Amino acid sequence: MPEVAREKPVAQDETLVQLLTPDGERIDRATGPDGTEYSVDFTDDEYRDLYRDLVTVRRLDAEATALQRQGELGIWASLLGQEAAQVGSGRALRPQDMVFPTYREHGVLYCRGIDPIMPLSLFRGVDQGAWDPIKYRFGLYTIVIGAQTLHATGYAMGITKDGKVGGDDGEAVIAYFGDGATSQGDVNEAFIWSAVYTAPVVFFCQNNQYAISEPIERQTRVPLYQRAAGFGFPGVRVDGNDVLATYAVTRHALDHARGGQGPTLIEAYTYRMGAHTTSDDPSRYRPQAETEAWQARDPIARLATFLRRQQIADDAFLAEVDEEARKTAVHLRERVLTMEDPAPGSIFENVYPHGSPLLDEEQARFAQYRQSFEGSAY
Amino acid sequence: MTRIKEFTLPDLGEGLTEGEILKWLVAVGDDIELNQPIVEVETAKAAVEIPAKWAGRVSSLFCEEGAVVAVGSPIIAIDTDPGAGDVPAAPATVDGGQGAAAGRTPVLVGYGPRTTAAKRRPRRAVPEAQAATVRPEPVAPAATPVAVTPPPVSAPPVPARPAVVATPVLAKPPVRKLARDLGVDLRGLAGTGPLGSITREDVQRAVEAATTPARPDVRFDESREQRVPVKGVRKLTAENMVASAFTAPHVTEFLTVDVTRGMRALDRLREQREWRDVRISPLLLVAKGALLALARHPMINSTWAGDTIVVKDYVNLGIAAATERGLIVPTIKDAARLPLRQLADELNELVRTARAGRTTPSDMTGGTFTITNVGVYGVDAGTPILPPGESAILAFGTVREAPWACKGKVKVRQVTTLSLSFDHRIIDGELGSKFLADIGRFLADPEAALLAWS
Repeated sequence: MPEVAREKPVAQDETLVQLLTPDGERIDRATGPDGTEYSVDFTDDEYRDLYRDLVTVRRLDAEATALQRQGELGIWASLLGQEAAQVGSGRALRPQDMVFPTYREHGVLYCRGIDPIMPLSLFRGVDQGAWDPIKYRFGLYTIVIGAQTLHATGYAMGITKDGKVGGDDGEAVIAYFGDGATSQGDVNEAFIWSAVYTAPVVFFCQNNQYAISEPIERQTRVPLYQRAAGFGFPGVRVDGNDVLATYAVTRHALDHARGGQGPTLIEAYTYRMGAHTTSDDPSRYRPQAETEAWQARDPIARLATFLRRQQIADDAFLAEVDEEARKTAVHLRERVLTMEDPAPGSIFENVYPHGSPLLDEEQARFAQYRQSFEGSAY
Repeated sequence: MTRIKEFTLPDLGEGLTEGEILKWLVAVGDDIELNQPIVEVETAKAAVEIPAKWAGRVSSLFCEEGAVVAVGSPIIAIDTDPGAGDVPAAPATVDGGQGAAAGRTPVLVGYGPRTTAAKRRPRRAVPEAQAATVRPEPVAPAATPVAVTPPPVSAPPVPARPAVVATPVLAKPPVRKLARDLGVDLRGLAGTGPLGSITREDVQRAVEAATTPARPDVRFDESREQRVPVKGVRKLTAENMVASAFTAPHVTEFLTVDVTRGMRALDRLREQREWRDVRISPLLLVAKGALLALARHPMINSTWAGDTIVVKDYVNLGIAAATERGLIVPTIKDAARLPLRQLADELNELVRTARAGRTTPSDMTGGTFTITNVGVYGVDAGTPILPPGESAILAFGTVREAPWACKGKVKVRQVTTLSLSFDHRIIDGELGSKFLADIGRFLADPEAALLAWS
């Protein structure tokens, strides 16, 4: 197979929606490929909150990576470098919206107001990562690549039939996935169904340039956002390291969906600064120079530059945010270390909604077996 | 709480067993912070930095750079309270989890399964009857902790396999079942599997050792037999063969023929322009010979119908073909009327269709005479059984070079054997022999036969 030339660096791409340059320069408004104008109008507090989110999400992620290295988590999928894509889109959600994540959406989860401890039991192997998706408006971490896009599409078709779509207070659905998932059949089927049924779903693709070790040019010959045109809905590429643009684009797409106008594909152009997971070594498949080039496009540094320059924040504020994040991370660590092992009998729970004769019998026998030990606490 | 904590190498990437210490980033005596990188470790999957699990002072490093360390081995000790004066003499705590003080040892993440014994709580003393209800199924002796005999207090110096008696036997459930089936006591075996677990091979070796020097237990039962359901083509074939073999009294005759001239005739045919793209096999010559001979002996092409014999004016030529589905006999309809070129085409098409498994049921019905080409397997002759409703079947053996006596001299010629089975109710030896001889005559010299019969 002949080598394919890498795509041009993102800054030279005119189709990219950007409201904050890597140098921290604020762009007033940006135009998408279909002529949509994007802008944001944040208060100083809101700017500061976004910064706090970004820093906290990165700090918690670093703590989880450390915990894995110390033998306290079985594995961890780091979001390092993708904080703006997740915080920008996560903050654009309204409370009634429904999220279908991958296993890397720790930042979105945080922005939903969910305790970041929630998914760590999965990575520690303490449980199966089962929480109530309806309660949190946040689906289960989905390991199967791309499967959640179909779940999201079905859910979106369902709320349409329930009459929950249309108008400003309508519901919308967002499905997260990566560039690698766009090669999956599930994702393409989700595109087709959602397009044909005008499902209120936003397909939020974090193009972090690698499907584990496989670079984007081995996944596609056209920019990913252009694929939407073939399915019959709008596609837009946003600078995924620009939290403002990501917010604006996602907000618009969600409102488009909740108003009954159907799906949108957002390609958040970003970079996975770390490994695919803690079991991966990116130095084996990507050049150091590439990682360094993306370092200059860091999502947090550019917002810090902007905040300082606009005198929205000073060094004291930035230091305070760092310290708060550190404390949150230490607290998270302590709670991870004291997680209870699951009761052995819990394996029988939540298998069937109304039980099963066979399972009930096995459960009873298992309980009896455990009772047979001296000093049994059960 | 113990001041000195030992950090053991965790499984850094889903199922790893060891790692190489690439580089120490701290030295003994260094004060370190929580999560400060302390060492670079390379595993089979990645080279990574490990951050310090505790803040404190490095009190010792247990491995050199370049050492390959098993997961679970201590690599560094950290004094977590260096300001508190001299370290007491108490041994350090190996801590993989949150500290020995809390009494918790992680088993779900980080360090793989425990290999040490003495984790099991003792079983309650239960009356025999109740115990039986608790464990209704028989359990391998080794799996029952209460059955483990502790070593005697005055045990001799460490034997070669110290773990055999003291630890629960490690073996996977299928291996336990195998041992139970074969009557092997797992407690007496040394495991060669991971963590000293007993493998299937260990059990089998134990059985072999116990039964040698006698031959190993040779069994002739269903464990070495395969049950193939009778269905489809196999079932149809069986029914046909039984129906034919026990109704039509078969006779088989053999004729060995020098077919050198016939093969040369085929070569000449191949050189002709209009035959250039056609696959020409010896079977074509045999089919043509049989069709010509049938025309000379119409009674061969007939069916026994109880009180009458149906003699057919048309020949539906069956060609037996071995396929993945089994033996099938597609037929070339009205083959006697086909010019040779068309016969060749149909023959080739029939074989192609059969091999592709696309032969339809109607392709296989209505045969009046059949050729089976056993020669493709290098076989010379056979006694074929008649397809039901047909009165004769010809087996065509392999064409091979053989010494052949001709006019007082022995020459190497191309020779084949024809085997003709026929229904003696209709065909007597004389008719069968004449028919077979005619085919042989054609194969031996096609041009001469054609001239003679024209």
